[in-house]
Amino acid sequence: MLLNGAQIVIECLKKESVDTIFGYPGGSVITLFDALFSEKDIRVIVPRHEQGGGHEADGYARSTGKVGVVVATSGPGATNLVTAIATAYMDSIPLVAITGQVRTNLIGTDAFQEADITGITYPITKHNYLVKDVKKLARTIKEAFYIASHGRPGPVLIDIPSNVFNEKTEFEYPETIKLRSYNPTYQGNPKQIEKAVKMIKESKRPVILAGGGVIASGASDELREFVKRTGIPVTTTLMGLGAIRHDDPLYLGWPGMHGTVYANYTLMESDLIVCIGARFDDRVTGKTDEFAKKARIIHIDIDPSSIGKIIDTDLPVVGDAKNVLAELNKHFNEKLDLETWINQIDSWKKNYPLKYKDDNITIKPQYVVEVVNELTKGINTIFTTEVGQNQMWAAQFLKLERPRQFLTSGGLGTMGFGFPAGIGAQVANPDATVIVFAGDGSLQMNIQEMATVKNYNLPLKVIILNNSYLGMVRQWQELFYDKRYSGVCLSRDITCPKECKGKECKKYWPDFVKVAEAYGLKGYRITNKKDVERILREAIIENKEAAIIDVIISKEENVMPMVPAGHPINNIIERY
Amino acid sequence: MKNVHIISVWVENKAGVLSKVSGLFASRGYNILSLSVGETEDPEVSRMTIVVEGDDKIIEQVKKQLNKLIDTIKVIDFTKKSCINKELCYVKLNMKTKEKSDIIMTSQIFGAKIVDIGKKTITIEIVDTDKRVNEFLKLVSDFGIIEIARSGIVAIAEDEK
Repeated sequence: MLLNGAQIVIECLKKESVDTIFGYPGGSVITLFDALFSEKDIRVIVPRHEQGGGHEADGYARSTGKVGVVVATSGPGATNLVTAIATAYMDSIPLVAITGQVRTNLIGTDAFQEADITGITYPITKHNYLVKDVKKLARTIKEAFYIASHGRPGPVLIDIPSNVFNEKTEFEYPETIKLRSYNPTYQGNPKQIEKAVKMIKESKRPVILAGGGVIASGASDELREFVKRTGIPVTTTLMGLGAIRHDDPLYLGWPGMHGTVYANYTLMESDLIVCIGARFDDRVTGKTDEFAKKARIIHIDIDPSSIGKIIDTDLPVVGDAKNVLAELNKHFNEKLDLETWINQIDSWKKNYPLKYKDDNITIKPQYVVEVVNELTKGINTIFTTEVGQNQMWAAQFLKLERPRQFLTSGGLGTMGFGFPAGIGAQVANPDATVIVFAGDGSLQMNIQEMATVKNYNLPLKVIILNNSYLGMVRQWQELFYDKRYSGVCLSRDITCPKECKGKECKKYWPDFVKVAEAYGLKGYRITNKKDVERILREAIIENKEAAIIDVIISKEENVMPMVPAGHPINNIIERY
Repeated sequence: MKNVHIISVWVENKAGVLSKVSGLFASRGYNILSLSVGETEDPEVSRMTIVVEGDDKIIEQVKKQLNKLIDTIKVIDFTKKSCINKELCYVKLNMKTKEKSDIIMTSQIFGAKIVDIGKKTITIEIVDTDKRVNEFLKLVSDFGIIEIARSGIVAIAEDEK
C-alpha cells in the first residue's frame, strides 16, 4: 500500500501501540496534522507551548512506563522542546520527539523556521535522526522506539523534512529489529553476581542505594524481595522514590543534600553499598572524596558508563536491575545478622527524624503535604512536583507506596516541569487523582498549560506552595549570602525601596485564583491554617474537576536538613 | 597519571556520526590530541583513530561513552595491545639555495620525500610515528617552517607472531 510520510508516521505509531501524542502544529508538520485530523486511534493533545507538550509526554511516560511521544514543528517549535528533551535525558525517560524540518532542498540555507535540531540535541538525546528519504522513515521510527525503550531508556528525536511527509512509498514495518551497534546487557554476569553475594554476606554494615533504574526496569518487587530476604536497610534516591513503601521498617528515606540524616549517616558509616540503578549524583554524594570511605561498592547498572564515573567501584555488575536482583534473591534464604547495625540505624532514626517546627499562625508547607497524605489515603494518587523547595518538601513528607507514583525532575531540575508532567500523567491515568506540588515561581514557567487542562477537561489538582519567593535560592542566600535576597522576591517591583522591609508587599501577585478563573478553572486560596484541611478536601476530594489551589505558606520556611553543596553528607545543617 | 592512548572506533558510516563523536569529547571535557576518519573494508563502516590524553579514570569513561553512542560498533584501546601506527605530515619550508642540500639530506635520513619544489619553497612528505615526525619537524624548523599539515595517527593491531 502506498502511503505518504505523514501516514507512515501514524501507522508506525499505531504499530508501537501509541494511543496519545502531544503535538503542536506548524508549517513543517502541517501534512502530519492533516493526516491526524481523520485519525481515530490516536488522541492528539495540543499544549499551549511545545515545552509543555514535551513535559506532558514525559509525565505520560513516567507514569506508565510507555514511550511518550511529542510532535513539534521546525525551528522555534523544535528548539522549544530542548528543555523537555534534556529533562527526559537526565532522568532516563523514554521519549520520542518528532520534529518537522524545512524541505530537504532548503536544509542548510538558513531557511524560514530552520534550526539544526539534530545538531542542537546531540548532547541531550540518546540518539537522533534526520530522515531525508521517505523509504527509510518506517525503519527509523522502529529504531527510535526500540532505542528509547531498551537498555537505559532515554529520549530519541526524529527530524523529518516537510516534503518527506508528502512523499509516498510502500509501507512496510519491520516486525523485529537488531542493531549491530546497540545491544544492551540485560543479564548480569553470573561470576560477578556470585562475587556480589559473597561481598554482601561478608558485610557487617551494608546498605542498599536504589535509584531510578529500579523504577525504569520495573524491579520494585524484586527490590522489596531482596530487602525482605536479606534484611539490609535501603535508601532510594529522589528518582527511586516509591520503589520501597514509605512504611517499610528498613526504609531510610532518601539521601543527600536534603535527605534524611539517618540515610546519610548510614551511607557514610556503611562497609558496603549495594547501588542499584543509581548514578552517584553530586546531590547524593556531596563531596565525593569523603563519600562513604569505609564502604566497598557494588554497582549494578545497565549503563556501563554510569559505573565508576563518580565513585570508584569494587564490583561492577552490568545488567538490568530486575534480572540481577532476581538472581541475587536466589542466593539469600535467610536474613543476614545485622542486629548491631540495625540498632545503630534505629537510634539515628529516633534521634534525627524528619521534622519541622509547626505553629498556628502561618501555614507550614510540610503541614500541607501531611494533610494531603491524610486526604488521599486509600486513593489511587499520582504526585508530580515542580523544582525547588516545593519539590523537596513533597519528597520528604509524602507517604509513597508504589513506583511511578512520584514524578519529579531529578537530574536537570527543571522548573516548569511539574505542571505539564501532571497533565501528561492525568491523560495517561484518567481515573487517578493527580496532584501537582508547585511553587509560585515554577508554576509561572508553564502556566499557559492551564488552557490544556481546561480544553481536555482534566481533573488535575495543583497545590501552589506560595511564598512569593524563589524559595530555594532565597534559602541559599539566607544561609550562605548574608540574607542578600537578590532577584528572588517575586513580589518586588520598581516601586519597592532598595532595602526591603517586607511590609508593603503586593498581596496575591499574580492572583492565581483569577488566573485559574480566566482559563475557566476553579481557583481556591488558603490563607489560614484552620482552613487547610477543609479547603483541600473540597478542592481535591469533593470537587471532581480541576483545581488550582493557592496556599499562602510561611514566607521564609527552609528545607531542612541541609548539606551545603560540596560538603560531605554527614556535615548537616539543621535549623528549624 | 596522564597517559596518551590510541583508540580505534568503528562507527556506522552515516552523516552526523563524526560530529556526535567529536561533540562527545567537547561536552564531556576530554582532551583530544588527534582524530582521523576513513572507510573500512565494509563501506558502511568508518574507522576513527582517536588519540586522547587522560588518567585511567578519564580514559575508562572515554571508552564507555564512545561505546554508549548508538552508532558505535566497536572500541579498541591500543595502549595495552601492540599496534602499528603512523601519521602523515606535510611540511612546507622556506628554501634558500645554500640550504637546499641540507634539507634534502635531513629528509633522506628520516625517509621523507620531497614532493614539491617551487621558486621559494620546498614541501616534504613524511610518514612515520608521531614521535619521529616531531623529531623531524624540530630539525627542519631551523630552515623556517611556513606551514604544516598533519593527518593524525592511524593505527592497526599487530598480529600474534
